[in-house]
Amino acid sequence: MDLLDFARGPALQVAAYILVAGVLWRLVGIIMLKEKPEFSEPRKPGGFMAALKVIYTRSFTAAPFKRATLYPKMLAYVLHIGFFVVIFLFVPHIVFFEGFLGFDWPGLPNNLIYLSGVAAVVAGIALLVRRLTHPVLKLISNFDDYFSWFVTLLPIVTGLMMPVRMGVRYETLLAIHILSVAVLMIWLPFGKLGHTFLVFVTRGTTGMVFERRGAKT
Amino acid sequence: MKTIPTLGDILQAQGVSRRGFMKYCAATASLLALPPAMVPRIANALEQARRPSVIWLSFQECTGCTESLTRSSSPTLEGLIFDSISLDYHHTLQAASGDAAEAARHAAMEENMGQYLVLVDGSIPMGNPGFSTIAGISNYDMLMETVEGAAAVVAIGSCAAFGGIPGANPNPTGAVSVQDLVKDKPVVNVPGCPPIPMVITAVLAQFLTFGQLPELDIHGRPMAFFGQTIHDRCYRRPFYEQGKFAETFDDEGARKGWCLFKLGCKGPITYNACATVKWNAGTSFPIESGHPCLGCSEPGFWDKGGFYAPLSTGKFDSGEKLAGAAVAGVALGAAAAVAGRRRQAKYTKEA
Repeated sequence: MDLLDFARGPALQVAAYILVAGVLWRLVGIIMLKEKPEFSEPRKPGGFMAALKVIYTRSFTAAPFKRATLYPKMLAYVLHIGFFVVIFLFVPHIVFFEGFLGFDWPGLPNNLIYLSGVAAVVAGIALLVRRLTHPVLKLISNFDDYFSWFVTLLPIVTGLMMPVRMGVRYETLLAIHILSVAVLMIWLPFGKLGHTFLVFVTRGTTGMVFERRGAKT
Repeated sequence: MKTIPTLGDILQAQGVSRRGFMKYCAATASLLALPPAMVPRIANALEQARRPSVIWLSFQECTGCTESLTRSSSPTLEGLIFDSISLDYHHTLQAASGDAAEAARHAAMEENMGQYLVLVDGSIPMGNPGFSTIAGISNYDMLMETVEGAAAVVAIGSCAAFGGIPGANPNPTGAVSVQDLVKDKPVVNVPGCPPIPMVITAVLAQFLTFGQLPELDIHGRPMAFFGQTIHDRCYRRPFYEQGKFAETFDDEGARKGWCLFKLGCKGPITYNACATVKWNAGTSFPIESGHPCLGCSEPGFWDKGGFYAPLSTGKFDSGEKLAGAAVAGVALGAAAAVAGRRRQAKYTKEA
């Protein structure tokens, strides 16, 4: 078994097991927790619509903080959208998903994928520089922040290296790329990258609680 | 006194013009990525070269590699050059058989000790010597005896180079490649199922010209031919970049000649010269004929997953283990939640 066979086979498989088990562990563990007791009369019902509202409104910065957070917010959007485009709209990736989902969707030409990938990497680097230079951010950053940044950008960087090659054989780069994805899959449920599947759960919960307490959402 | 004809004499006798010969030399120099200044040297060396003795051993193979060389549509220049070597032993092509054939092999070995080339097609069974024998001699014994006095060994085809089909899982004969057994002689792999004839003759031409074998890649293949992937040189590559793919063998994309990646093309990980040298006197190559590359010049290509499974498809086993992982995740989550609830209850009580 060569490196590529290992990456496409056992590595990806074990990473998938850990990803699925880890995500369900985190989700079930949180969802099954007891709700906090209400000590006051609810102002509003705080139902599903309240959850949806906050899921939407928290996608944008509240007016008082707009100027202060414009730069990191824009970078975060570029990183997230670029990452999304690269993962879900690159045709070889769609073929990968089709392999176990059983259906596909239209992809984008490669030049747009490369552009999105480069934009995501540049945004990621800019965010890291900000984290390293901002006094408060630097203080509250830990291993999780830096390692999550690393495993997020690694697959994009290794993917972008494939058309360039830089003297490395294609199948070696492909194996490294797949292994970097496997590392991301393994780390995703356990660190701060857990926001991938928790973001809407937490926002929704916040929305429901806030509405019950009468807060403006 | 008997004079031994040179390659130049033989080609002249066969009606090959000087112009045609020089064109072949220029093409060979180009294929081997040598500068144009080397063309006269190649021509001179080839003209002066004595017919090198070549012993061709066929083991666990399908004769496709020999067919590739001999069934060319017309006697090409490279074919003539190949005819002009002294092929002293080839049990498919030679007239002699039995003891006479084996005597020819031994005679060639003795007369050209240390100078002859051994070309091998087919893998060598190590599971049992009786799996494949020639004149009662096991493939292993014949190979080791023959390569002992060889200048170099050329493994022709993927079976000889990497084990090929006989070596595919579950490898019932314990098939191995030439390079697995021959450690004390230079071995050049010219894989393919079958390999391109021009590649074989160019390797021989380089050996005749410079007295040394070409620069090899990590799999022992000549860099000049196996230095780039099919994908890199494929005329359908622009469609890959544009995101235009044939979805089936008879859809609009297939008719328009779009990229065959989704139909399982292994071009991105296959190093060979098919897209440039092509087949059948430069007519086309598999992708040009509408079929995805199978990756036949790569080690273990039979065991790389389905020929028609796209390269980016993961090699997952059944979903049972994944379902098991999901159940384990839910159980862990439930256990964590129960522990959390106990802590919550304690906290609420304390509060």
